[in-house]
Amino acid sequence: MSFLATILPQIILATEEGVEGSGHTEEFVPGITSGPLVEYAWLIVVVPLIAAFLIVFFGKKSPFKGWLMAWLSIAFVAVYGTILFILNATQGIVYYGQVEIARIGDLVLEWGWSVDGLSIMMYFLVGVVGTLVFTYAKSYMEGDVRFTWFFASFSLFAGGMLVLVSAPNLIQLIVGWELVGVASYLLIGHYWEDYDNVDAANKAFMVNKVADAGLFLGAIIMAVSVGSFRFNDVIDVVVKGEAGPLSQYAFWAGLLLFIGAMGKSAQFPLHVWLPDAMAGPTPVSALMHAATMVTAGVYLLGRLFPFYIDVSGLFAGDVRNIIIVVGGLTLFLTGFLAIVQDDIKKVLAYSTVSQLGYMVAAMGAGAYTAGLFHLFTHAFFKALLFLGAGSVIHAVHSNNMSDMGGLRKKMPITFWTFIIGTLALIGVFPFAGFFSKDEILASMAFAGESGQNVANFILILGIAGAFITAFYMTRLVALTFFGEYKGHAHPHESPKMMAYPLIGLAVFALTAGWANIPGVYNGFTEWLATRVPLTGMGDHEATGFDWPLVLLTSGIVIASVVIGWLIYAKDAETQAARDRLRIPVLWPLFENLYYIDDFYMSGIVRPTMGPLAKLVLWIDMNIVDGIVNAIGAGSIATAKAVRITDENVVDGMYNATGAVTGATGSVLRRTFTGHIQQYAAFSFIGVLVIVVLFIVF
Amino acid sequence: MTISQFLLLGSALFSMGLYGVITRRNAVLVLASVELMLAAVNINLVAFDSYFQDQLKSGQMLSLFVIALAAAEVAIGIAIVLMIYRNRQSADVDELSEMKG
Repeated sequence: MSFLATILPQIILATEEGVEGSGHTEEFVPGITSGPLVEYAWLIVVVPLIAAFLIVFFGKKSPFKGWLMAWLSIAFVAVYGTILFILNATQGIVYYGQVEIARIGDLVLEWGWSVDGLSIMMYFLVGVVGTLVFTYAKSYMEGDVRFTWFFASFSLFAGGMLVLVSAPNLIQLIVGWELVGVASYLLIGHYWEDYDNVDAANKAFMVNKVADAGLFLGAIIMAVSVGSFRFNDVIDVVVKGEAGPLSQYAFWAGLLLFIGAMGKSAQFPLHVWLPDAMAGPTPVSALMHAATMVTAGVYLLGRLFPFYIDVSGLFAGDVRNIIIVVGGLTLFLTGFLAIVQDDIKKVLAYSTVSQLGYMVAAMGAGAYTAGLFHLFTHAFFKALLFLGAGSVIHAVHSNNMSDMGGLRKKMPITFWTFIIGTLALIGVFPFAGFFSKDEILASMAFAGESGQNVANFILILGIAGAFITAFYMTRLVALTFFGEYKGHAHPHESPKMMAYPLIGLAVFALTAGWANIPGVYNGFTEWLATRVPLTGMGDHEATGFDWPLVLLTSGIVIASVVIGWLIYAKDAETQAARDRLRIPVLWPLFENLYYIDDFYMSGIVRPTMGPLAKLVLWIDMNIVDGIVNAIGAGSIATAKAVRITDENVVDGMYNATGAVTGATGSVLRRTFTGHIQQYAAFSFIGVLVIVVLFIVF
Repeated sequence: MTISQFLLLGSALFSMGLYGVITRRNAVLVLASVELMLAAVNINLVAFDSYFQDQLKSGQMLSLFVIALAAAEVAIGIAIVLMIYRNRQSADVDELSEMKG
């Protein structure tokens, strides 16, 4: 590990000096901190949300039944995001817009938009991947009963993610977080006529809710102990290294927020919802697994990275060991599950879970850039793989690889782009995944050597994970594109609207990794720089390839591909080929997904559901109905009282007024005799009385 | 002559007039009684005028107005009585009780 000799002193220096010391060659100085470009960046967030809203109400009458509106909104995000991305790469942008919404005592609720390296990367990703997926989706969803509704939800999905990644405070992050959750629920359950899909949608929602409890509690602890919801205020406290309320509860805040991240980013053992989320239409899977939703957890860890990296040793540094272990277990364990799946989308789903494990493990190892770089490259090639799989499914009308095979000649564009995506995923030079995965492994090695002992163990899992990844992808490609066609439909190449996005994503899958080549070009590291200089937070910038590690990993990947090819290429997916791999204890374990789903179902869901249902029924029958009945009875009693009051008191008052007036009248009328002389006498008496009074008083 | 003699005369006249107004049944006599009361007032006015040696003789002036007013009042009053008599062949005030409440 030769680069350590040059890096380590810098890191130690940086650690000692806090954030002031920079391991970078120069400290990051943003070029753009104001101006209309960043001040109007809120449009990125608002436009897709408005589009979603408009499509719901006017979609069916608008051009292409709402698709055009959705596409234009996401294309706007792509264009704006790309402009920001380029300007950030050339000049650097740091801007935080805030609008106060409400103030309750000291609590200030704000809506804002971050325009910094991290957010811009996400805008770019959501916009570009989103535009390609939306283009693809028009063709894929053609003829769907809820075509318009699909694009409304899809826009909401992208918009929710943009709310999330633009959030400069925890409240807005939670709002975006839940928007993404609800949109994913709508999209996973898009074909709700099939009850399984409804179950899958519910499962995704519930599992995420369990994790969200952690997010909420973590956010509350953090906001209360800092006295502000803003990330910048949190990070200020962390950077200054102030011992205070935050440092006191940092471990719990960090752990709870990470549990929230585990849900959205599908970390073991909360990964169970993601493979089931395949029930949604394939473009949804593509977007969900690439740019939106599952990246949210990694994004949150990135946003609060200084808090976790914990230079001063006062904050959530301990949580990092938990993070790296969870990430490591995820990347290792879920990889095996991908090997045994027959559903092509589920293979890719477990692959996503596994890759998310890499990202989270990288975050746990303190590798901010490496984790987010993998997020960045993974978004492109995983979207590509999903769209490719969608293209295949579209052609053979089945999700199962046992109905595929031999498609490489029938679907050449899909085949070649899929191969590029596969090579990028398994990390073959010079495709994108090679650079990002290598950087993660190098960061783990570095973390292990700089004192985080558990990282050494996770590094081994990571290298093993590379083997597993290459193996299941080889299997997938072999079963789908090679051998004999086993299905019954007549596959053909997908329409151009579906093929072009594949080509576009393939270009990114090839080139995205070149953004950060150790020792050659470290652009990505600088693009990501937020207001806190990254080095000093433990992030390291490799000055060159870690050659032993690179060669080891590449060798393992190639070996894995060869082994996979030998097993699956010839007699692809005959029962014999499957049986050759049946390892007695492990195989059933994998096929049953480690019994985690079963455990959740019979260990948690049913035991709670039965008594809970009874309890709820009891509460409903007795308490709720009791309250309702009491309210009814109370209303009747009140009405009666009102009636009595009305009939007696109110009517009585009117009647009494009338009666008194009448009585007075009948008394006084006797004085009106009609005799003028009597009147004259009265007048005189009156005058006399007045005169007497006048004299007396 | 002292002021009290004039005032006594005035009050005697006023009382007679009042008595007449209240008790007489003939409307013409009621009007005549009203004239008596006005005459009593005039006597009072002139008596006080002379008693207070008023330079502007406002008491006398006022009594002139009262006389003029009385003449007008009698003219209208007699006319009304005449009309009532023509309609009812009677000028009995007691019978004019249509305004009984």
